[in-house]
Amino acid sequence: MSKKLFALVLSLSMVMTMLLAGCTSKPEADNSTPPADSTKPGTEASQPIESNNTDAKGRVYWLNFKPESDEVLNNVAEMYTEKTGVPVKIVTAASGTYSQTLNAEMGKSEAPTIFNVGNQAGVRDWTDYALDLTGTPIANELNTDAYNLYDENGKLVSIGYCYECYGIIVNPDLVERAGHTMDEITNFDTLKAVVEDIHARAGELGFDAFTSCDMDGSSSWRFTGHMANLEYYYEQEGSTWTECPPTISGKYMDNFKNLYDLCINNSLTAPTDLSVGGHDASEEFRSGKAAFQVQGSWEYEGLKEQVPNATMIPYYCGVAGEEKAGLNCGTENCWAINGKVSEDDQKATMDFMVWCVTDPEASRMLVDTFGVMPYKSAAESTNGFLADANEYSNNGCYVMNWATNFQPNVDEYRAALVSALNAYNADQSDANWASVRTAFVDGWAAQYAAVNG
Amino acid sequence: MNRKKITRGNTIRRSTRKWFPLFLGPVVCAFIIGFVWPFVQGIYLSFCQFKLIADAKPIGFGNYVRAFKDAAFAHAFWYTALFTVVSLVLINVLAFTVAYVLTQNIKGSNIFRTVFFMPNLIGGIVLGHIWSMIFDGILSKFSTSIVMDSKYGFWGLIILMCWQQIGYMMIIYIAGLQAVPEDMLEAARIDGATKSQALFKVTIPNVMPSITICMFLTLTNGFKLFDQNLALTNGQPIVMQEGGAAIKTTEMLALNIFTTYNNSSPNAHGTAQAKAVIFFILVAGLGLAQLAYTRKKEVQQ
Repeated sequence: MSKKLFALVLSLSMVMTMLLAGCTSKPEADNSTPPADSTKPGTEASQPIESNNTDAKGRVYWLNFKPESDEVLNNVAEMYTEKTGVPVKIVTAASGTYSQTLNAEMGKSEAPTIFNVGNQAGVRDWTDYALDLTGTPIANELNTDAYNLYDENGKLVSIGYCYECYGIIVNPDLVERAGHTMDEITNFDTLKAVVEDIHARAGELGFDAFTSCDMDGSSSWRFTGHMANLEYYYEQEGSTWTECPPTISGKYMDNFKNLYDLCINNSLTAPTDLSVGGHDASEEFRSGKAAFQVQGSWEYEGLKEQVPNATMIPYYCGVAGEEKAGLNCGTENCWAINGKVSEDDQKATMDFMVWCVTDPEASRMLVDTFGVMPYKSAAESTNGFLADANEYSNNGCYVMNWATNFQPNVDEYRAALVSALNAYNADQSDANWASVRTAFVDGWAAQYAAVNG
Repeated sequence: MNRKKITRGNTIRRSTRKWFPLFLGPVVCAFIIGFVWPFVQGIYLSFCQFKLIADAKPIGFGNYVRAFKDAAFAHAFWYTALFTVVSLVLINVLAFTVAYVLTQNIKGSNIFRTVFFMPNLIGGIVLGHIWSMIFDGILSKFSTSIVMDSKYGFWGLIILMCWQQIGYMMIIYIAGLQAVPEDMLEAARIDGATKSQALFKVTIPNVMPSITICMFLTLTNGFKLFDQNLALTNGQPIVMQEGGAAIKTTEMLALNIFTTYNNSSPNAHGTAQAKAVIFFILVAGLGLAQLAYTRKKEVQQ
């Protein structure tokens, strides 16, 4: 009896395996079957194909780079499908897994038609797969070519669909409650004076200077990716890198250290507890527990309700003439069209992109999630931090470009930097800072060699 | 009666001969699609430079040269070997001990068996995150964390794997222990063997098949470990070598292959593929060697 039962279970499981194997090879348009492939990273939402327009040819598949915009993109995609009958599929790669997902998806027969190529390394990797966008309808809609990426042959590989800025976001109400004004802060020394005063009186004031500076994966990029930019920016000495330099000198490491030390030693969380992580820095800022946070313009939507007066100031770090510094502006969000899909698909994709930046309703929704879209007919930005960035530029301050985008073999480079910073946070000795410097400067050369060697 | 049996046997045999492709076919197909073909393709790709599999172009042994020259890969190998040895010994000794205790007619031993087995039902990546919280919860009292010191990372992973696997191995050992003939043990007792003599001279030789299986499982599990490693430390902390090359001190082989694949070098995919082939040969070779060795120690009843 039990043997029979066992055999039954075995054969059932075999049949199930066969069925599952069968399911995976079915076309994805089949809505009734949930995807059997549960290991696929990221979230997926395929739009139903309700073709009310029989002329619609081609398909759009946007492999999205920004997890925080997933919901809006899906709504926009649904709107477009309702209007035109063209199926638009949005797949969002889980945070930090974009290149893996892109590698996997590009190898499939139903490959993405829109994907993200955000920096020169990406251009080198994917130029063979990207359509030349020069003179295309979507390129003609741009109001600036500042965020376009070209390969070495001058082919327009990708075009920016939004740009961002980062720096130190401040809650001016708290600064004033501590008896200071925003006008006081014009360089590193004045910033330091305000920050250290607030931190010293944190108990009495009920709030601290900086939010937690966690070194776990959800937060460390604010320092290894963004704050590190100040070192690279000043190292360019007025010019801008056009490709990744094989080595860097680390000339402005002391300035990086100035600001970094100020952040970790005047925050809600003691430096020795940063490697564990688990603090929600954004929530700390929103709820008024801290007055300063190292962050970027994408935070604006999330905090404008609670901190309506929030403003962003540059990375003041003790460089001469930094009173004229502006915010760090740039983007890694650039559209490329897959040149290897059918012409119908390319055409459908192009139409969809033009619609995204010209349709008032759609571009409104997109601008609200992206911050700003550099296109002639796109909706106006309402992002306060990007307005700050413009104000700095209008006042004649220099924009700090995103030199950080050149970090070679970026994930490995930053991982080594996190490890060194962990050791430094635990014990702020010169020896430990020396290893931060090694990871920062020598690590750059080593990763450059690893990638290009 | 006798004649009838033979005819029936013949009929069965004849229809088996006729119909076997129908029963074997699906399995063979699945095996070819799911294993043989990817394996052959994988070996081919290890000799190629490729971004997408469709555009692979052969480049000879370059990937293998890069793989063998990679200091991080060598470190990952020795680290994995050390981890495997330590976890193999600890898991098997503890699992056998628990199994031995739970077959001594203890009250509630069924409950114990169930509870000990349960950790095995949780997925590796979840376990890794849960344990990193547990370890960090303790270590943060001392202002440090699991990613601060490679010693913590190593023993943390050992504790995690013991916790997860002991229950599973225990079940196999219990089955083995229950199959030891009672009369043999009784004979040993009558001959005046002490408890430990009975254990080492009678019980253990008789559960050798279980030991073979458990050692094979723990050995290959140790070598192939990935999820737990990724979730617990992801290779941290990192030591910078002369010239800036970074060694992830708690990175095991599978994780090293994974991170290599996701490098942004044009050779990254091919090199990772070559490493994966080397990895396969290693695991298969070690597993077979271990099987051959412990098989020799098994006794026939």
